[in-house]
Amino acid sequence: MRIYNAPSIIAGLLVLIGLLTFPFWYNAGDVVAAPEPSLDTPVLQGLQDKQCIEPTPYMRSKHMELLRHWRDEVVRKGKAIYVASDGREYEMSLQGTCLDCHSNTDQFCGRCHDYAGVEPGCWTCHLQPEENVP
Amino acid sequence: MGVGLLPLTDVLAQGARPQVLPGREALSAARWAMVFDSRRCREGCQDCILACHRVHNVPDIGDVEEEVKWIWTTSYEGAFPGRQHDYIDGLRSKPFVVLCNHCANPSCVRVCPTRATFKRSDGIVMMDYHRCIGCRYCMAACPYGARSFNFRDPRPYLDEVNPDYPTREKGVVEKCNFCAERLAAGIPPACVEACRDGALAFGDIEDPGSEVRKLLNSGHVLRRKPELGTGPQVYYIV
Repeated sequence: MRIYNAPSIIAGLLVLIGLLTFPFWYNAGDVVAAPEPSLDTPVLQGLQDKQCIEPTPYMRSKHMELLRHWRDEVVRKGKAIYVASDGREYEMSLQGTCLDCHSNTDQFCGRCHDYAGVEPGCWTCHLQPEENVP
Repeated sequence: MGVGLLPLTDVLAQGARPQVLPGREALSAARWAMVFDSRRCREGCQDCILACHRVHNVPDIGDVEEEVKWIWTTSYEGAFPGRQHDYIDGLRSKPFVVLCNHCANPSCVRVCPTRATFKRSDGIVMMDYHRCIGCRYCMAACPYGARSFNFRDPRPYLDEVNPDYPTREKGVVEKCNFCAERLAAGIPPACVEACRDGALAFGDIEDPGSEVRKLLNSGHVLRRKPELGTGPQVYYIV
């Protein structure tokens, strides 16, 4: 088998592969520090037991599902109270419950979301606590 | 793959997931309804409108083409077109408070392609703003003009913001929700609470002993455009 114009075709393919894989090798070896969401808010500092409504690993990986579940239960089914796995009860409200403790949305929510490159868009409707509003 | 797995993770999570409950103080009804008593409404009074719009962060855009409103006043002819004649002098000057009728057979719900608008079992026609894609089919379907579109970000047009209720964003439709969030907390709708003349009543229309049912028998009662078959649940005593 023979490729016509082999040198330029192969060179072109190599350039293409190089461009497509650019993000991988350009960032290879870079160490990006893991985000550190801040827990430094007045309410959290006053708490004896700094436990979120569910255990931290669950909250870390599933908070978006929990919030989605809350949203559907409140908006679509008219429910109001969430009974956590340890039996404690909470009002299902982003603004009224979550942000009570996590009033530093930019340093808490924002740091991980920026790192992961996700933009949940909560704050176009839900109001952030005043300290975060520029 | 992530999206494909979502239903699975939902099922798994719900097995272990703790329960949810209605609010302790929540008010409930078989069908919520409102009665407006035009005999008691005071001309020029805006208390119900101001209270509603303040509680729900409804912006004052100022431009009638882009206005956002949940509750407003209109004339008798505006509220009941086709039911006027040239000699209704007494009614002509009276204000009629109009809002979403929370229809028993809501046309907006029928046309919504994302089910962002839906009817709850207690009759409240609700919106899930998260789902609204701004197509405005519901606005075209609503015969009462009860829905408003956010042509722009409403936040700059709010004088003061109620921190306990969200705002909306550019590109979604909004309307009265019969104060579902207040009912869940055990308090009556903001407009009813704000009215000092007792012109607005709210309650369970299917409860024969309720205040709204008693009011229906106290005068001549109209509904807006009942011939369309939407089954409006705001009743007007004229």
